[in-house]
Amino acid sequence: MNNNALSTKKQAKDNYIYTKKINYQKIVTIFVFSIIPIALLLLFTYTPVANMFYYSITNWNGYSKSKEIIGLKNYIQIFTNPDYFRVFPVSLYYLIGSFIQIALALYFATVLSVTKTKGKNFFKGVIFFPYLINGVAIGFIFMNFLKPGGVLDSMLHLVGLSDLITKWLGNVKVINWSLTGVSIWRYMGFNMVIFIGAIQSISSEVYEAAEIDGANRWQQFKYIILPSIKRIVQLNLLLSVNGALSVFEIPYVMTNGGNGSKTFVIQTVETAFKHQRVGLASAMAVVLFIIVLIVAGIQRMFFDEKGDSRI
Amino acid sequence: MKKTEMSTKTLLLNVFKYITLFGTFIIMVLPLIVVVLGGFKTGQEFRKTGPLVLPKNFFNFQNYVTAFISGKMVQGFMLTMVILVSSLVGAIILGTMISYALHRFDFKLKQFMLMLFMVATLVPAITTQVSTFQLIYNMKLYNNILAPILLYMGTDIIAVYIFMQFLDNISYSLDEAAMIEGAGYFRIYTKIILPLLKPAIATVVIIKGVAIYNDFYIPFLYIPDYPVISTALFRFKGPFSAKWEVICAGIVIIIIPTFIAFIALQKHIYNGLTSGSVK
Repeated sequence: MNNNALSTKKQAKDNYIYTKKINYQKIVTIFVFSIIPIALLLLFTYTPVANMFYYSITNWNGYSKSKEIIGLKNYIQIFTNPDYFRVFPVSLYYLIGSFIQIALALYFATVLSVTKTKGKNFFKGVIFFPYLINGVAIGFIFMNFLKPGGVLDSMLHLVGLSDLITKWLGNVKVINWSLTGVSIWRYMGFNMVIFIGAIQSISSEVYEAAEIDGANRWQQFKYIILPSIKRIVQLNLLLSVNGALSVFEIPYVMTNGGNGSKTFVIQTVETAFKHQRVGLASAMAVVLFIIVLIVAGIQRMFFDEKGDSRI
Repeated sequence: MKKTEMSTKTLLLNVFKYITLFGTFIIMVLPLIVVVLGGFKTGQEFRKTGPLVLPKNFFNFQNYVTAFISGKMVQGFMLTMVILVSSLVGAIILGTMISYALHRFDFKLKQFMLMLFMVATLVPAITTQVSTFQLIYNMKLYNNILAPILLYMGTDIIAVYIFMQFLDNISYSLDEAAMIEGAGYFRIYTKIILPLLKPAIATVVIIKGVAIYNDFYIPFLYIPDYPVISTALFRFKGPFSAKWEVICAGIVIIIIPTFIAFIALQKHIYNGLTSGSVK
């Protein structure tokens, strides 16, 4: 990007039709072409962010005309009231889930792009397709799959493992694992497609050379594939922190946040729209926002410096 | 001796590979198959037979009729289409215009505007909804389908990135030639830039189209009285909660368009995601 931006700038300098001095037509064009997008950007991205910080230090309920500034009380409540704090550990399940998901995606990406496999495109399509399915539909599909006497229970019965059967969405000990499993089912194919794209950009000559040198599959993976796609894998691992904290749809549709499956975003939405505590909910949103900013900062630090963050 | 050892190992690796592939195939497909089967069963059949038992009558479309009519999925589809088309058209016109202006011209506020877009990529939409909601409410757009349209149009930063990257590869000499022939900037944009951006526009249509079709959060929050396809399906939870066969039909209905789009546009979807995720 940086290189591109530089060359663009240079090209623009050389280009008289865009750099001609003050020109009426030029000013009008720039104004007309940018006014609406910039206005929408300011209105729907920057105003909400600014308001969010402001609301977060008030006790506003979202509809009354007056609001009092109460300082950091909302923030203190998030981190001290167990009702609010207990949603953070729920994210850990999804975080562990995304590590498993990335490992699986890496395995299938390698198998489907390097080895001779029959029906490569078919398997790629099958693993990827869930990513495109509507989230509400996925929620219902797995309510049907996991309900007592549902598909999973019948399968376990069939293979003689009926002892394992439990209330997949009722047992507080397993519910978050069940939901994490659904999340892996949904998103693994996406990571896989990204990794396949990265692996395919490795030149085939490298493999041929390795083959001649007698490198086996594992050595090829360890010494050729992994180093070449290391950054994109690290990036995906890092971004899963944001993903784990932003989980909403699947648990909201499937369990409504019940049985200990309430996530940070479900809690925020409930606080704002069910309990009418916009101030407190804004403070929760600010906390999430700051975590995301920290992740983005780490990403910049580790990935931009070396200049190849754009894969 | 050595050779047979090697081939045994290769064979074992191959067996392992196909076992994992077929295992995953079953895990990916089974939850969908039982839903398809369930959609053709009668209520009694659904409750009495196992999930893997084939329906008695594969031409039983009663559940589909119920889902479409009582489930309001027909209206859901129409509304989703209206929102999808308007926000895509708007996002593409606005996105290509701002990208053209920011990419080609040199002007004082340019760096500042670029920075505005850059910083905005860091703002996760999900975190700002609480205060965006208050904004929409004060603009009197709550329960108005303009709300999702404006939000899908106004927060489209990835599109701007894809267009800008693509503009890097469109030579300035084309712009110059047109200018020499007497075209103004607006004509250059409509006659040269826009047609050449077609592949980038296709990418944006695919990425955004899928996201809007599947979005639940925004319509659920902002237009509760106007169910789009995903909120219409979500409402099956109440009235049809004991009628899984109808829910199954609803799931199939919502997936069919996605499936057709996937089969038809497979390559473009893979490429679009890879380029979209690079940003």
